[in-house]
Amino acid sequence: MTNNFWIYLLVMAGVTYIVRMLPFVLVKEKIRNKFIISFLYYIPYAVLSVMTIPAIFTSTSETVSAIAGFAVAVVLSYFSGSLLKVAALSCACVYIVEFVMKIV
Amino acid sequence: MKEINNFLRGINDGIPICLGYISVAFAFGIFSTESGLSVLETLLISMTNVTSAGQLAGVPIIAGGGSFIELALAQFVINLRYSLMSVSLSQKIGKSVRMADRFIISFVNTDEVFAVASSKEENIGKKYLYGLILTPYIGWSIGTLIGAAAGNVLPESVVSALGIAIYGMFIAIVVPQAKISISTLLCVLLAISLSCIFYYTPFLNTIPSGFTVILCAGLSSALFAMIAPIKEGQNDK
Repeated sequence: MTNNFWIYLLVMAGVTYIVRMLPFVLVKEKIRNKFIISFLYYIPYAVLSVMTIPAIFTSTSETVSAIAGFAVAVVLSYFSGSLLKVAALSCACVYIVEFVMKIV
Repeated sequence: MKEINNFLRGINDGIPICLGYISVAFAFGIFSTESGLSVLETLLISMTNVTSAGQLAGVPIIAGGGSFIELALAQFVINLRYSLMSVSLSQKIGKSVRMADRFIISFVNTDEVFAVASSKEENIGKKYLYGLILTPYIGWSIGTLIGAAAGNVLPESVVSALGIAIYGMFIAIVVPQAKISISTLLCVLLAISLSCIFYYTPFLNTIPSGFTVILCAGLSSALFAMIAPIKEGQNDK
């Protein structure tokens, strides 16, 4: 383990903790600035989408299986599915597609 | 206002989160060691960060020897949503939660913990909150350890399939909201378009992924915060 790793860890954990802890410790009243509220509302969805696409398509060993897993996840979560169920079934889909591809 | 302050009830409510975390953390463990980090480094990251999206963005930066500024900015932007959750949660806690408790509880204020905590009608107390964060934290840590340590003894096909797990969870967070809110859907589509442009355009794709996330998500969210500000109370869910 390099010395650098400890600095990386400190920076990463420190920033993550501070953004969670500071508002929880300091804020006693509701935020009223509409822009900030709205920005904070959109940011998680935008971040998760950016992280997912297009990275998801290279997350498995075949692009085809990743597309299938992606489709399963979108459809399942559209018709309500827990995080666990969606994640598990999209993994299962990838596994099955790659299994079939090997046979065919 | 009535206050829920039962440790066992907290533990109980944390179990479904814990189970979900084990599988996602397992995938993270594999991802991190495949990226080049050691098992111990991977476990330490999980035990000190407890955030799927942030860790997933942070590991490539660390593994690629990125700058500390890039890492700090990426974590800041990706985890900024927790600030809002912490603000919201701070309105929900009962009198039993003291200042020292706030420092500890906020450490494990994840999306799912927040979602469960804020779904309660009553105020929530310190014992309940400690119970609620304990099981997910254990699940997150153990899942990471197993994934990092045993991931490479699994068959290639299983590792490949698990690689999509975290993204599946992200999709399950975004899609239900995009379904009920057209502005969220449009914001997400814009963010995705920008992301693809950065990913596939020569030169632009040499920009570190941490900055790409900040740029694409920040621009889309700021634009929609201006043209489609959310209505009062919409963030209270």
